[in-house]
Amino acid sequence: MSYPLIFERSRPGRRGLRLVEETPEATRYIPEKFLRKAPPRLPEVDELTLVRHYTGLSRRQVGVDTTFYPLGSCTMKYNPKLHEEAVRLFADLHPYQDPRTVQGALELMWQLSEYLKALTGMDAITLEPAAGAHGELTGILIIRAYHEDRGEGKERRLVLVPDSAHGSNPATASMAGYQVKEVPSGPDGEVDLEALKRELGPHVAAIMLTNPNTLGLFERRILEISRISKEAGVQLYYDGANLNAIMGWARPGDMGFDVVHLNLHKTFTVPHGGGGPGSGPVGVKAHLAPYLPVPTVERGEEGFYLNFDLPKSIGRVRSFNGNFLALVRAWAYIRTLGLKGLKKAAALSVLNARYLKELLKEKGYKVPYDGPCMHEFVAQPPQGFRTLDLAKGLLEMGFHPPTVYFPLIVKEALMIEPTETESKETLEAFAEALGELLQKPREWLEGAPYTTPVRRLDEVRANKYPKLTYFDRE
Amino acid sequence: MDYTPHTEEEIQAMLERVGAGSLEDLYRHLPKEVLNPEISLPEPLPEWAVLEELKRLAGKNQPAFKAFLGGGVRSHHTPPVVQALASRGEFLTAYTPYQPEVSQGVLQATFEYQTMVAELAGLEVANASMYDGATALAEGVLLALRETGRMRVLVSQGVHPEYREVLRSYLEAVGAELITLPLEGGRTPLGEVPEGTGAVVAQNPNYLGALEDLAPLAERAHGVGALFVAVADPLSLGVLEPPGAYGADIAVGDGQTLGLPMGFGGPHFGYLATRKAFVRQMPGRLVSETVDAEGKRGYILTLQAREQYIRRAKAKSNITTNAQLTALMGAMYLAALGPLGLKEVALKSVAMAHRLWEILLEIPGVEPFTPKPFFNEFVLRLPKEPQAVREALAARGFHAATPVPKEYGENLALFAATELHREEDLLALQAAMREVLA
Repeated sequence: MSYPLIFERSRPGRRGLRLVEETPEATRYIPEKFLRKAPPRLPEVDELTLVRHYTGLSRRQVGVDTTFYPLGSCTMKYNPKLHEEAVRLFADLHPYQDPRTVQGALELMWQLSEYLKALTGMDAITLEPAAGAHGELTGILIIRAYHEDRGEGKERRLVLVPDSAHGSNPATASMAGYQVKEVPSGPDGEVDLEALKRELGPHVAAIMLTNPNTLGLFERRILEISRISKEAGVQLYYDGANLNAIMGWARPGDMGFDVVHLNLHKTFTVPHGGGGPGSGPVGVKAHLAPYLPVPTVERGEEGFYLNFDLPKSIGRVRSFNGNFLALVRAWAYIRTLGLKGLKKAAALSVLNARYLKELLKEKGYKVPYDGPCMHEFVAQPPQGFRTLDLAKGLLEMGFHPPTVYFPLIVKEALMIEPTETESKETLEAFAEALGELLQKPREWLEGAPYTTPVRRLDEVRANKYPKLTYFDRE
Repeated sequence: MDYTPHTEEEIQAMLERVGAGSLEDLYRHLPKEVLNPEISLPEPLPEWAVLEELKRLAGKNQPAFKAFLGGGVRSHHTPPVVQALASRGEFLTAYTPYQPEVSQGVLQATFEYQTMVAELAGLEVANASMYDGATALAEGVLLALRETGRMRVLVSQGVHPEYREVLRSYLEAVGAELITLPLEGGRTPLGEVPEGTGAVVAQNPNYLGALEDLAPLAERAHGVGALFVAVADPLSLGVLEPPGAYGADIAVGDGQTLGLPMGFGGPHFGYLATRKAFVRQMPGRLVSETVDAEGKRGYILTLQAREQYIRRAKAKSNITTNAQLTALMGAMYLAALGPLGLKEVALKSVAMAHRLWEILLEIPGVEPFTPKPFFNEFVLRLPKEPQAVREALAARGFHAATPVPKEYGENLALFAATELHREEDLLALQAAMREVLA
């Protein structure tokens, strides 16, 4: 039996929530021609049916709260319940209310900006971007405005990204109107410095780097990279997806990065919510501060205020004050851990990754770039095994699989990020499961999973004949 | 407190296994120049003290429950049933549903959300959500430019000014031209659509709250081969003719009005709906129905070749994280209310807004600005500077009179009413306004 859709539970005339006692007559206020001719076909269910429907759906879903979820580059750490209580304290604030009546909210934003500046080593920050990729776009637009302001905008048309970069990096550069070129990684998995040198020049606007990179390796030549970038007038962009590995231990600002975006939903425990919402603050060095999007949060003599007076700003990137409630969660996380706690969390994320890497090598998995990994590492199954089958096998064993087939420079990649909030025994059980899967018959692996709410789904059919709504008859 | 489970013994055992002497040792290969910087952060606090500090900060705010402020965010009731269901850890702590076999909850809920949004918009398809209404508009316009292969956009001044600012940022990035069509008498005129325009954008109800008859403009847009993009408050679509019915090819908006907490502006969610013919140019995630190996119905992310992690520099957008959970709350709200409940909430807000308009106009010096018919928000011209009025009202415990940017005129303020307001609330605001404007 398929799980029913909410539309299939609907019965004409059935009512759930009633928020209004008396319904006014529409035509008293609105001329007929503006009114809907037929009501939208929304479900008609009572409240208990609604509760059972969504509770049932939640039981067909795994999350960090239910399952080990070692998705590489996604930092699926525990999301403290404290934060869910914290956000309720700020739920009833309107973005357009008088600034004197939101001083606490503005103070929190200002404090968080200070904490994030301290942790990244940057001089100024915007909290507006709604997600990591949104932060990337904001950061690259800032860089573009800077080059244009210096009269180099027409010449600097290229953004360089390593071949191991997150897909959002090249996509962002394109959205900001740039050409993109990939720089190959060297044999050690780090940026090939000589290849990079050949690409640098007055036609390059920026280099986007993730450090540690997507292989989980720290770019040890980062100071050399930032030196030659600076010489070439190229701005260095830090993709903060992997900041969890080094928070408190090392700062992008000290490494020579000019722009940093953070993923508050990765490093700073904002829950991922099945894909969002997140928050992607962007920090910049002083020379880029004039180009930040509006508004910024400032402290003045009469209290905190939103500053719209940035004549060189790239403009607005989002409505209102960004994903404010995400900021509350990040604030609570930083205040709970303090510097010592953040450093310990980072170090244990590294220790967990290194420990798991050793366990998996023992089970027969290969690690093609086996340097000192940070918070994540990229493994490969032994010859003859398909990563897809192992991922589906893991589902049958009760684990969420790692990120698969990424980064692109590793064939059959399993990109594993355990995070610091997982215990030693969970890591050991996961390694055992991956070891056991290598003992399973090929047919079992190719058929897995068996007992999940659904089995492998027909992706080709969904691509060829997408059915995107319940009423879609195709 | 750092939420890590490791005992000292375990840390030692694990360090030994990986050949490190200490936690510091794990970082010894980093350049010395960057290692262990001086960082100044407040000392850690126990859980109760974090809450105490948050309550202290929250105490410096004046909650705007029952606000009369409008302009894209309004004070609506957030049903506890929605709050409770959306707080379930399985929804809250899941990632993007890349493994559909264990993500049917989020996937099916998203498929249902897509259906509800498409129904409200009167269009065939909707994506899984965007960050907010403003970025949904920017992405909707970029979609129109991809479809038409053009680089010129005509936007009505009736579109929310912040949305237009975000649109400008996105269009400047790709070098597209943005032309503004000024309002006439508070409404979008049937202006000329220049040749080579790829997208014409208008909002209904518009930023001033006025209802717009946009069918003729949509027709004119189509006449020159442009697509018509409509911005619409989803709550209003429980009552008003859907954008698809008056010729919109793309509809976008912000979901906050579907019972989401205002949260000082977010997170809410943006919706984006369009025609099925444009689906391969759409930004963001899409969920499709399909079948599993046993022929059982299931749901899966589809047409992923549009997205950044597959297509990289050639992706339709860089969007990755969206607003899944808040979109899910919007869908839960719609399901909780049903078509009739949604219509009732919308109409109640319309009725209260009209009553408020009537009694505020009794105050000497207050003049109407938004033309009738309007929906549940309207603009008045005040005899005093709106910032000062808003401040003086706040001092009396009322949150009203959103200052309207000067591009629309001098001393203009926006007012809104919702299902939360009673006659006595309106009269109390009227009395406060009399005092403030006296």
